[in-house]
Amino acid sequence: MPELGRAALLLAFGLVVYAALAGGYAAYRARRRLLESATNALFAAFASVGLAAVVLLAALARHDFSFSYVASHTSRELPLGYTLSAFWSGQEGSLLLWLLVLTGMGSAAVVLNRRLVRQVLPWTVPILGALASFFALLLVFVASPFGTQVAPADGVGLNPSLQNPYMLAHPPLLYLGYVGLTIPFAFAMAALASGRADERWIVATRRWTLASWAFLGFAILLGAKWAYEEVGWGGWYAWDPVENAALMPWLVATAYLHSVMVQEKKNMLRVWNAVLVTGAFCLSLFGTFLTRSGVLNSIHSFTESPIGAWFLGFIAVVAAASIALILYRLPVLRSRTRLESLVSREAAFLYNNLFLVAFALTVLWGVIYPLVSDAVRGVAVTVGAPYYDFFAVAFGLPLILLMGVGPLIAWRRASLRALGRSLLWPFGVALVVGALLLAGGAGSSPAGLVGYTFAAFVLAAIVLEFVRGTRARHALGAGSWAGAFTSLVGRNRRRYGGYVVHAAIVLLLIGAIGIGGFATTREAKLSAGQSLAVGDYTVTYLGSEQRRAANAQELRARLAVSRGGDELGTVLAGKNRYFAEQQTSNEVAIRSDWLRAEDLFVIADQFNTDGSVFLKVIVNPLVNLIWLAGLVFVAGSLITMWPDAREQQRLARRFAEDGALARA
Amino acid sequence: MEIVAVALAALLAVACVAFVARPFLAEPEATDDSLAGFTPAELERLELLERRDRALAALKELEFDHRTGKIADADYDELVGPLRREAADALQGLEPFRSAAAAPVEKVDAPA
Repeated sequence: MPELGRAALLLAFGLVVYAALAGGYAAYRARRRLLESATNALFAAFASVGLAAVVLLAALARHDFSFSYVASHTSRELPLGYTLSAFWSGQEGSLLLWLLVLTGMGSAAVVLNRRLVRQVLPWTVPILGALASFFALLLVFVASPFGTQVAPADGVGLNPSLQNPYMLAHPPLLYLGYVGLTIPFAFAMAALASGRADERWIVATRRWTLASWAFLGFAILLGAKWAYEEVGWGGWYAWDPVENAALMPWLVATAYLHSVMVQEKKNMLRVWNAVLVTGAFCLSLFGTFLTRSGVLNSIHSFTESPIGAWFLGFIAVVAAASIALILYRLPVLRSRTRLESLVSREAAFLYNNLFLVAFALTVLWGVIYPLVSDAVRGVAVTVGAPYYDFFAVAFGLPLILLMGVGPLIAWRRASLRALGRSLLWPFGVALVVGALLLAGGAGSSPAGLVGYTFAAFVLAAIVLEFVRGTRARHALGAGSWAGAFTSLVGRNRRRYGGYVVHAAIVLLLIGAIGIGGFATTREAKLSAGQSLAVGDYTVTYLGSEQRRAANAQELRARLAVSRGGDELGTVLAGKNRYFAEQQTSNEVAIRSDWLRAEDLFVIADQFNTDGSVFLKVIVNPLVNLIWLAGLVFVAGSLITMWPDAREQQRLARRFAEDGALARA
Repeated sequence: MEIVAVALAALLAVACVAFVARPFLAEPEATDDSLAGFTPAELERLELLERRDRALAALKELEFDHRTGKIADADYDELVGPLRREAADALQGLEPFRSAAAAPVEKVDAPA
């Protein structure tokens, strides 16, 4: 029923335009019923877009190839999971997902902050409506997923690279992150438009920001895992423009999550926070533009389309309007509080912000430089890994150091003597670990040695924070040591959840250094029975075999793996030839050893007619810590987001006190 | 199939329009159709509430930092006074509003 989908989208377009215009008028003229009507329009738009999404999902599930979108992205032989994932594999479907998430999250945020939106931030609804109008406009007039055709016998299938389990989760999580950043942006702009620069919009959007940031971070790691398994070059992050597109808003959102604490505690950095929220949102739009426009060559960019110009125009309008609003409200935003000392927690957050934003801007320059060069000089250039690696080290190492030092500094002011005492243990641990690693031969990669020493410093600082905090809670009579620990984390979830996230970043660093600085690679052409030694492993080629899967012909090299004389079993590496898509994909073999935290990574690059095979075998040490970091990151994020009853009561009391005077 | 789609689309449109019009249908002649705003006095009170909460939270944080050894005794002594004064000033500033706020408080939604 493509007509129903089209009608639902057209209706949704009308509703979000109404929410923007009527809501804007209601906010400007302070009209209560009209604002409630506009709010209802936003809710109704969500329902309408939801119906459109159901129509598209039903068409995918039924292989209804009269839908051009279904025919272009699926085939009859495609397994059901991937068939449904085609919802977000193509441009039109992913725009529909964006609008669905935007109207859904927007409605939820408005419902959960009803009073704030109705009485304090009435501009929230029209801003959300205006942002949703852009995506609805694209879906109705430019890139509809409900285009029809005479149904062919079969579809053209799904890009083989996307036929990977991680692609079932990576794009929707990425979109939850991208779109989620709309909520703090909309509330921040509504606060500015309403002339309310107090911390209400921050309180209202804190969890939305944290959740969006966590979704984005986890999605980046899932994307890295997909690249590791599917792209199959042996690495996990290649500074690809589309990978960077997700990293940039995440870096800026990370800066915001830190600096917003300074605003909450010290009422400082209000202009800076408004700029960061705007920056994170604009970069999330830019990320979608990069993924969907096809302007840059990327292994992750699966489409080329005319919507790029629309996106660029939209980003320009959003950025210009936001900057104008921030400038207009500068007198309200200016803080009367000043930084008391350069050695304080807030100063550490400021340094962290400078490094994070500088890194994000450096990455942005690397991403857009090829476009600028092409436009200005007519020369197409690419910015390679060395550029990004240099700045990752230049900005990353101070950031890692700050992750260790920052939590040990007190707010407002800290004497160097007290700081020195706090740093003693982490510094000592770092020195010992560095010396041990040097003795163990880790000096082969000086950058790796420095990175691991810094990692040890941060981990020791985190452990010290938990130990000192637990001791203090215990001394305050929190019962058993376990009770003291639970009470410590429960009373300040954001701080201690944040430390768990810091630990995840350290794990990621250890894994990244392991794979980047200490991997061993060997390549050889092997005939059946021949072996190749890589690190402690020996890989023996036993022969090739073929089998027919549901939608592909699979060609595999069977390889026996042994280590130190112990047989570890066999692995299969090879290629898939997809029937419907008429494409070939590399299917690497990965043997993970979680105890040693390392992978044996085998690429069967070429099968020769004489029966031999060209193999590339890599031993990736500590790579599994990168994936473990993802789980720890999620755990830490959940702790920070978990509702804190005490804080809820305190805020509810304050809002109640405030509400006593507010006219209903 | 097309007729079913058109009928469903029409039904959806009618439902959405009714939902959007509901505030006007429910209150055709609203006695007060204005959005609640804040007077300068209310804004001042809100600012004081924020100052109070911020100062109390900072005192709590300072206390904990002192206990965990992050802050030296001398720094603690120097910082605790101004923070206490700030909290006291905010509480004192709120005093005149207390009698005005003595009226029953409306039920409010907890923030997200």
